[in-house]
Amino acid sequence: MAGPFGFRSAHVLPMLQKEFIQMRRDRLTLAMLVGIPAIQLMLFGFAIRTEVRHLPMVLLDESRTPQSRSLAEVLQNTGNFDIVGSVANRDAIRIAIERGDAHAALVIPPDFASRLLRGNGAQAQVIVDAADPLSSGAAINAAAIVSASRAMASRNGRAPALDVRVRPWYNPDLRNSTYIVPGLIGVLLSLTLILVTSMAIVRERERGTLEQLIVTPIDKASLMIGKIVPFILVGYVQMTVVLILGKLLFDIPIRGSVPLLYAVTMGFIVANLGIGLLVSTIAETQAQAMQLSFMLLMPNILLSGFMFPREAMPPVAQWIGYALPLTFFLRILRGILLRGSGFAQIWTDAAVLVVFALGLVVASATRFRKTVG
Amino acid sequence: MTAAVATAAEPLGVSGHPIAVRMVALRKVFGPIVAVDDVTLEILRGEVFGLLGPNGSGKTTTIRMLCGLLTPTLGTASVAGYDVGRDPEAVKRNIGYMSQKYGLYDDLTVMENIRFYATIYGLHGVARANRIAELTSDMGLDERMNQRAGTLSGGWKQRLALACATAHRPPVLFLDEPTAGVDPASRRRFWERIHELARGGTTILVTTHYMDEASQCTRLAFLSRGHLIAVGTPAEIPPLFGQTTIEDVFVSLQDKDEGPLVGRAAAGAAR
Repeated sequence: MAGPFGFRSAHVLPMLQKEFIQMRRDRLTLAMLVGIPAIQLMLFGFAIRTEVRHLPMVLLDESRTPQSRSLAEVLQNTGNFDIVGSVANRDAIRIAIERGDAHAALVIPPDFASRLLRGNGAQAQVIVDAADPLSSGAAINAAAIVSASRAMASRNGRAPALDVRVRPWYNPDLRNSTYIVPGLIGVLLSLTLILVTSMAIVRERERGTLEQLIVTPIDKASLMIGKIVPFILVGYVQMTVVLILGKLLFDIPIRGSVPLLYAVTMGFIVANLGIGLLVSTIAETQAQAMQLSFMLLMPNILLSGFMFPREAMPPVAQWIGYALPLTFFLRILRGILLRGSGFAQIWTDAAVLVVFALGLVVASATRFRKTVG
Repeated sequence: MTAAVATAAEPLGVSGHPIAVRMVALRKVFGPIVAVDDVTLEILRGEVFGLLGPNGSGKTTTIRMLCGLLTPTLGTASVAGYDVGRDPEAVKRNIGYMSQKYGLYDDLTVMENIRFYATIYGLHGVARANRIAELTSDMGLDERMNQRAGTLSGGWKQRLALACATAHRPPVLFLDEPTAGVDPASRRRFWERIHELARGGTTILVTTHYMDEASQCTRLAFLSRGHLIAVGTPAEIPPLFGQTTIEDVFVSLQDKDEGPLVGRAAAGAAR
């Protein structure tokens, strides 16, 4: 019988059946739907790192004492520096850095050990190639921490009285992947859901099957539900793939409730399908649908807080970020996965997603009904 | 659920035959362009009615309004006794529509296409199985049932599209250039099938650019620049224009619509 929007289950089932047959036969799209998450995970997880580890360093040890060797060892053990060789003088340091063999140098003067033993404030110098501030920043910090703790230790002559230790919460190794991979779930869902949904509908229009469907008694609700539901499943499959691969390859933490995450993800998926449906009412060809989808992808990557902290953005960019469902979903993802947040902590963001979902579905359904007559 | 899926009370024409399609002062405007202007026409049940005219004369727009794909700017139309504006859902249950795009799913098999449309048209279980068997034998599609529609040749796609469009035995069938780009043998077979349907009481409104097809229609209507300029049997039409064949009428109309061929050639050379 007819329900809201003239919905009739008798029309949804054949629509769904058709969609699943088509999805199964469209090998390329199917491969994309599973392959894109895997490839993106590798790209973002392995390749893009803003934290710098293992900066190649040369050592100019003019002290040649157990104390100087110990300092070099401590720096190496922070994981921020790899001592790739020893040099004889300062000119050799310059040559090594200019050739690109090293990006940092540790200079320990001849009187290092003697001053240290006398308690006169021994000095060592860390030279860092700061042409790329991003890569040098972490190294400089690490060196500063080491020197501070060494200074304290040597003053007492025994164990350090005050041991400076920074404790980064939730991501103790300050690994980028821990931050990036959960966000990647949101970015991937946005990308594929908007792209694939809009293209699937525009394809029907291009091939004349949408027109053929409209002259049948099929109701618009069944038509839309039939096109949307398969992609909700696709979204959950993608999320599961990224979660499992993220856990296996990057050891991302899953501290909160997975069922809670899956439940609130529904709002995000539906919101993106709504955007995809809107795109399909604007684009006339599949190529246009693809271009529009990618146009939407850029603000999602740049302004949602996926890669760059929103706190550092100018107010206008922050406001645009509030117009993106991804901004709120990222907070939920990182909250549940990294901090173990429960419903109490995430419910406001989840509620915003539900509002997005309802608004977008109503807007796209209205436009869709208008464009198909 | 409405029980009256069969035709509602069709009004009777002056001849006493029921009127299957009626257009009254139908008009469609796209921005500054008047695509169809003041078209009034009645098509009787069981007719194979040909709608002719040059490209852009308003044939497709007229059919799309009758199918509910476009809303008329002015005027009214009824199909199988249902008003297109007031009761579009009833109209949709009572029409079949086939365009030159065919509206087939290339990645579904012949069987899956027919079954999908049959189900959308409300057929289920044994009734659906029987109807599918009937359609496939009528169209000679039996051996192709498991072939993907995308791999069919034009003639076979055309048969499949007709099978899908008539799965629910619609009393009125709209065919928009159904034989464009199909070989002569397939066209002949297709028209045999059209006449069979008409003999069974189906009303058919067809647009075509093939004059041999036009001459097989019970009546023809000529459209020019959105206006209905002549209605009559294939024998009645040419004398109205001082011509001997329908093709001559067609060419003279096209020249009038687009400017004479010589003039166009000159314009082309000047460019």
